[in-house]
Amino acid sequence: MTPSLEMRHITKRFPGVTANDDVSLTLYPGEIHALLGENGAGKSTLMNILNGIYSPDEGEIIYNGELIKINNPAKAVSYGIGMVHQHFKLIETMTVAENIYLAVGKRCDYVLNRRKMERQILEYSRSYNLEVRPDAKIYELSVGEQQRVEIVKQLFRNANLLVLDEPTAVLTPQETDKLFENLRAMAKEGKTILFITHKLFEVMEYSDRITVLRQGKSVNTLLTKDTTQDELVKMMVGRKVEKMPGNRPVFADKKPVLVLKNIQALNDKGLPALKNFDMTLYSGEILGLAGVAGNGQKELTDVIAGLRKTVGGEMLLEGEDVTNVSASRIRRSGIAYVPEDRMGTGLVGTMNMPDNVILRRFDSDAYCSKGILKDKEIRRATEEMVEHFDIKNAGTGKPVALMSGGNLQKLLLAREVSGQPKVIIAAYPVHGVDIGATEEIHKVLLNERNRGAAILLVSEDLEELQEMSDRVGVISEGRMVDVIGWKDFTYEGIGFLMTGGKNERQTGGETA
Amino acid sequence: MSIKIRLVKREQVKLYHKILSPVISIVIAFVFIAIILRAMGYNPATAYQFLFKGAFGNAYNFSETLVQATPLLFAGLGVAVALSMATMNIGAEGQFCFGAWAATGVGLYCQWIPQPLIIPTMIVVGFLAGGAWGVIAVLPKAIWGVDETITTLMLNYVALLWIDYFVFGPWRDTSSANLPRSQVLPNTARLTTIFGTRVDVSIFLALILAVALYIFFKKTSAGYQIRVIGQNTKAAKYAGMDIRKKMLLVMLLSGGLAGVAGVVYVSGAGSRLVTGVSAGKGYTALIIARLSKNNPLIIVLVSVLFGALIQGSYNLQLAHIPQQMCDMLQGAILFCALAGELFINNTLTIRVQNKESLVKEAR
Amino acid sequence: MMTLICSIVAGAIAASASIIYASLGETISQRSGVMNLGLEGVMLVGAIVGYCTATATHSLGLSVLATLFAGALLGLLFAFLTVTMRANQAVCGLAMVMFGTGLSGMMGKSVSGAATFTGFSKISLPLLGNIPILGPIFFNQCVLVYALYILVPLATWWMFRTRTGMRLRALGENPAALDAMGMNVFAARYIYVIIGMAIVAMGGAYITLAYTTAWTEEMTSGKGWIAAAIVVFALWNPAKAALGSILFGLIEIVDLRLQSMGIPIPSYFLSMLPYIATVIVLIVSTGNFGKRYNRMPAAIAVPYDRESR
Repeated sequence: MTPSLEMRHITKRFPGVTANDDVSLTLYPGEIHALLGENGAGKSTLMNILNGIYSPDEGEIIYNGELIKINNPAKAVSYGIGMVHQHFKLIETMTVAENIYLAVGKRCDYVLNRRKMERQILEYSRSYNLEVRPDAKIYELSVGEQQRVEIVKQLFRNANLLVLDEPTAVLTPQETDKLFENLRAMAKEGKTILFITHKLFEVMEYSDRITVLRQGKSVNTLLTKDTTQDELVKMMVGRKVEKMPGNRPVFADKKPVLVLKNIQALNDKGLPALKNFDMTLYSGEILGLAGVAGNGQKELTDVIAGLRKTVGGEMLLEGEDVTNVSASRIRRSGIAYVPEDRMGTGLVGTMNMPDNVILRRFDSDAYCSKGILKDKEIRRATEEMVEHFDIKNAGTGKPVALMSGGNLQKLLLAREVSGQPKVIIAAYPVHGVDIGATEEIHKVLLNERNRGAAILLVSEDLEELQEMSDRVGVISEGRMVDVIGWKDFTYEGIGFLMTGGKNERQTGGETA
Repeated sequence: MSIKIRLVKREQVKLYHKILSPVISIVIAFVFIAIILRAMGYNPATAYQFLFKGAFGNAYNFSETLVQATPLLFAGLGVAVALSMATMNIGAEGQFCFGAWAATGVGLYCQWIPQPLIIPTMIVVGFLAGGAWGVIAVLPKAIWGVDETITTLMLNYVALLWIDYFVFGPWRDTSSANLPRSQVLPNTARLTTIFGTRVDVSIFLALILAVALYIFFKKTSAGYQIRVIGQNTKAAKYAGMDIRKKMLLVMLLSGGLAGVAGVVYVSGAGSRLVTGVSAGKGYTALIIARLSKNNPLIIVLVSVLFGALIQGSYNLQLAHIPQQMCDMLQGAILFCALAGELFINNTLTIRVQNKESLVKEAR
Repeated sequence: MMTLICSIVAGAIAASASIIYASLGETISQRSGVMNLGLEGVMLVGAIVGYCTATATHSLGLSVLATLFAGALLGLLFAFLTVTMRANQAVCGLAMVMFGTGLSGMMGKSVSGAATFTGFSKISLPLLGNIPILGPIFFNQCVLVYALYILVPLATWWMFRTRTGMRLRALGENPAALDAMGMNVFAARYIYVIIGMAIVAMGGAYITLAYTTAWTEEMTSGKGWIAAAIVVFALWNPAKAALGSILFGLIEIVDLRLQSMGIPIPSYFLSMLPYIATVIVLIVSTGNFGKRYNRMPAAIAVPYDRESR
């Protein structure tokens, strides 16, 4: 059978990183294919190439046997490639029918006939069993409905290859079931379906074949029935090193420092992200938090740092209730936060190093007296940090945006651990950081642990978690699924928990 | 062979990029206007000559340049405070008006104030009036998240009409030709001039303020917070900064300074409240702040530059060139500066296909 | 009494026509996502270009064409700065005011203030002009006003009832969506800004070619700013903007009449209404999520950058 799409030896480079490195992908008509990989594995870049937003530096694309070039999104559409993005491309203030007709250009009558348009969309969507309300405005629809509109939109444009980017990120299990039911129906009619995800059990449940990407390279392509979730975890995450962590001194005076009880919080879209989340951080310990991205980690770190309000539950710091107090009070109480987004949130790129060093403590006695900044102190602190943590820079007076990722992270960490915090929340601290800096950062965290700080280390890298953690918890769908000691740590065990600990679906009835 | 032109984010913004860009903008603007002048039949060289002479030709002209520059300096500093926090205050025009109005009210109708206190009172009242007008404009943003751009603009026209009511009505100077203006402020309410020119002592106040603001932004905690909020709001929230409070504070200060500009104008060279007293100074102040990248010390220089443009343009009439060239020049400089900003942060990359030879044109 | 009311309303329509042109043009521009606050400058340039062409050629038709062309050029400049160069639109608009004021002032020096040509005069339409009440109000205007009778409904119908109008609205709401569909967002914005500014320029020319057929400096006297306010006030709907303009024109005329009759009304406070009303509308439409389809085009004044994701 001729493949409907072949992407051969695709390479795409950006300044500083090779997003796709000799990646190949083959799709056949009638199949549902899953593209699997962690954040930063290169999935989005590959899809943007398919979409016409980027052009590959090397490699070629063959569509239905023909070599094609996709220079811009219009070309992609003309070839019948329809993409349903994670962030919907819909006009909120317009109706469903208007949105769909907007996408088909001249096929829409010049003079809009609202009733005719709505009728046609209703009929069309029904024929695919994807019923949508054509007269509803987009902002009135639920996320699942909006997604259906996107799909109908692509179908209406005669898409033969349907690409869905993380489609289930915003759906309930029931909606997910329905979605894939519909996709299966479309596949039966000869369309090709590709969906991007990092949810393992969906991959096992719904796909026919899987391509795994890791760090820009395609690791493997195989039939779903030939593999298991655990194997997939290994492929996604890296070489399996059953390295037993060396003897780690157990901290003598272990006390619970930060306790989260039954925390509930919403994400930016207003949907529940943390559901009955429990956690206890002890002094002198690193609690690793494993989990597939998007399961509530961001909301968790936001809540602890005081940047997001909870809608239920309580948070205690050394016994004192600090639920929903302000971010500045949290910080002053001794909770340090190294955010995932270093340039966007953790640092001000246009400002220099000393300015960034005081970002969180600008009104503390150490750096400020009567409203005036203590320049000398600040400079001294900066230089100490640079020396102590070996932060390479082109000059402390220059904007920090010029520094490399690793050094930025070191700066961030240095700043947060100054002042001897009681709690350190470190989110993906070595993401995008080179090996040398990674080691140094890990050393700092271990030192802090030995000093007695309670550390929460959020990471997707199981190796890192294995090396660093005293205990490892797994967050899945907004809950802390389990917490195990490092002695009991195995890849299989963690992987199993990361996928929700489910091997069989527990829905109301059907199994695929 | 196809040519693709792309804008690529610059990896390293060097200092010379930052300085060169505004200078090039001004030069390009001058060239652009020269072309238009030529098209209209005027001689650009003559125009620029007379412009320069009018501004700097002799001591008196230079003093007049400073007279023009002083209110611009106050207002420019005010706008810069707002822009430092990424608050688009286009309402300096209206804040200026309110300052001028308040000062006139005090100067003309509050004779009971002991003499040495009159001018300080005018300044304080003018500051508060302008500041209040600024805060009012940003309240919708603080409460409902309404963008301040249009609000500050609309309030300008309300302020101008407010002034009109007074100068056409209760405060009108009936003794002279029934023009829409107030009486001349009494000497007790006038700023002392220096060296026999029309330059008054407020220029020293302005310079002191410029230095004070410079220190404020560089060295104080509040100034630091404002800068952080303006450059990265997400980081500011992460840092626990109270953005709403700062928003109101900044607009108080910004509007206040613009108000003081109005005070020193009516108390100095302007001598009275007239209709349209702000005469575009608020908008020029925005251009000045933008060009100077909110740096108070540079604002001093740029204010003098624009003061020179305005003053010099009065001299153009001698060359039979319309004075309106000054407005055109200001507009063109701003156009070029805005366009130039893009090139500070990005380079132009031209790629010739099939050859893969990247020709970088850094500007 | 009737004749008084008729003449007031007719006067209001004639007086507000220039604002209607300006607000129509700016509505189109803002719907595409580009906010040009420099209407005052564009109108002045339109006014002087029309006046000069009329003085030179004595042809009103050519004057209109010249005005449209001048407006289009300014639109091109503005589009280049805001769409391609991604400059800050608010500040750019101010620069446009300065530039336009200066340019028109300079051009104006070479012509005398009193027109040497005959401008558009009021023409009473046959039949229609004889309808009682409505006739003298609506059908005794000049050609440029009659043009608006067609333009405004046409533009409104086009914006809300045609395919391309729908695309315009989408452009200002979510250009990324259109980009993903393959539409050239940049080219589209250029086109709408150019068309919009051409129409705005007509607003200025109306004053010099029809309403007063004279030239004085700064003769638009703030109409550009009112038009900018009305665009927001009318929630980006051309028909509502026209009505709003007439409403404010009415207020102005009634106020003048009352003054001349010796009734003391502080007219300045009445004149503040458009501006205050605009702010109120802005607050209500931003904060109120019930009627979200009435709010500001979401992508307004945000330069479209495909790479930023």
